[in-house]
Amino acid sequence: MAWFKRQDKGILTKTEDKKEAPDGLWYKTPKGHIVHMRELRNNAYVSPEDDHHVRIGSVEYFEILFDNNKFKELDADLSSADPLGFVDTKKYPDRIKATQKKTGLTDACRSAVGKMNGLEIVIACMDFSFIGGSMGSVVGEKIARAIDHSLKKKIPFLMISKSGGARMMEAGISLMQLGKTSAKLALLSEAKVPYISLLTDPTTGGVTASYAMLGDFNIAEPGALIGFAGPRVIRETIGKDLPKGFQSAEFVLDHGFLDFIVDRRQLKTKLTTLLKMLT
Amino acid sequence: MQLEFEKPIHELESKLADMKELAKQSDVDVSDAVKQLEAKIKLLKKETFENLTRWQRVQLSRHPDRPYTLDYIYEITDEFIELHGDRTVRDDKAMIGGFGKIGNQTIMFVGQQKGRNTKDRQLRNFGMSNPEGYRKALRLMRLAEKFNKPIVTLIDTPGAYPGLEAEERGQGEAIARNLLEMFMLKVPVICIIVGEGASGGALGIAIGDQVLMMENTWYSVISPESCSSILWRSWDYKEQAAEALKLTAKDMLRNKLIDGIIKEPAGGAHTDIKVAAGELKKTILKHIKELETKNPRERINARMEKFGSMGVYN
Repeated sequence: MAWFKRQDKGILTKTEDKKEAPDGLWYKTPKGHIVHMRELRNNAYVSPEDDHHVRIGSVEYFEILFDNNKFKELDADLSSADPLGFVDTKKYPDRIKATQKKTGLTDACRSAVGKMNGLEIVIACMDFSFIGGSMGSVVGEKIARAIDHSLKKKIPFLMISKSGGARMMEAGISLMQLGKTSAKLALLSEAKVPYISLLTDPTTGGVTASYAMLGDFNIAEPGALIGFAGPRVIRETIGKDLPKGFQSAEFVLDHGFLDFIVDRRQLKTKLTTLLKMLT
Repeated sequence: MQLEFEKPIHELESKLADMKELAKQSDVDVSDAVKQLEAKIKLLKKETFENLTRWQRVQLSRHPDRPYTLDYIYEITDEFIELHGDRTVRDDKAMIGGFGKIGNQTIMFVGQQKGRNTKDRQLRNFGMSNPEGYRKALRLMRLAEKFNKPIVTLIDTPGAYPGLEAEERGQGEAIARNLLEMFMLKVPVICIIVGEGASGGALGIAIGDQVLMMENTWYSVISPESCSSILWRSWDYKEQAAEALKLTAKDMLRNKLIDGIIKEPAGGAHTDIKVAAGELKKTILKHIKELETKNPRERINARMEKFGSMGVYN
């Protein structure tokens, strides 16, 4: 029997069983290029046609960086409390619960230890999808503990930032997370354990005023928005339109605050090469 | 200028002045009435100021007559030499600093400075530092470390300046660097919020062995106005935002985010700067004495552990 011979004649799927093309199978870049999700995934979530770096989260970064996507997650169970009883248009605990359900994440940062091209490394990565990647107690504590792990094992620390800043619903407590994380980084620096800070789109507010800018190496993805004050606030303050490319990774590099910009497809290789130079 | 809740007190006070004036001009004995009125004023002041809402505290912290950083420094020091510049870009007038002397004790003072009139406010950029302000502060703190002198920072800022050039010169990096470096300072560091403590702009000079707030000040991650505009999408919810942010000295102490509160005269620091500065001076000298009994590494470790324990999670 010929291999191509159809065994069943005709299309037998009933109309009601026919599947629509599922949503989220295609991605449209800001420049309008259409990419198939599978192709995007195989390309480190960078659009092959226009090099647009799609916003991704900890799941994807861990997959890109850890060998065979194998890693041990640290402090996965930490979740937010409501120390101030914060209510705006919604109660803070309700906001947390709703976001957890929507995103499948416990908070805006995940940390893990594993191997990157055979090198042991601790990576903490923020998730923008969780209340704008805002930094509260959980994010601060997870980063602090991840740095502790790095210190204890004397293995490099990589921080991937993606955040709108401190979490307002934890007010003064979230502000102090800037201090807390910086204290740990001071110890890491004293112990001469390498710290690489990768700034991705967007990295603004309190995160920029603490760990994101304190790397031995500050690096960024192309086109990422990086700044202390948000563009809207600056525009309102100075009463003028902002120049094109203001606060882009390229702008920040030109002004001397980044070591280099790295295409996500070369990220793993470049990080490995750099870290190997230090050993 | 008077705030709304100050008005009843001021009315009574002017009535008292009138009464005293009247007594001087005539033979009528008003001493009982004066006493009564004085007691009434005292009680009203106490009641008003003990029960201020959080938003009213914020208003007090911004009172146009409130003493500013240099007012306090000149009041509490016997000598003060202001030092300028970050040695890189320029001298940021919103951030001041210098060596001062109280008795035998030399202290490095660093702090944000606001202006009293329109011209002065512009010069001081409303107490909003640019990156060079934070770098100037760090330079001066290192100088203090070099000569083994304690550091006192006085914080009064509505925030780090959100300007175009501030971004070009790395506002975030400047603040971040200060946080990291301040943890490692070998000399005692005392940080005092004397007015407004807005977010990273305040924290950028507020990592210390003792972090204190004066009674009528606020310290949080964002101003009530900005919080209102972001969370409620309107500027009209600043009172609610102030309540939600728990930004007063009492709140911050209760949440273990500061180490203590410095009392102000009844009616607020602006009603009697001598009393306010006196408390400040007493507190500073007391803490310097206590902190100097420890060695540098003990201080650094305790400083780090204190901030390390801040945070509430499940």
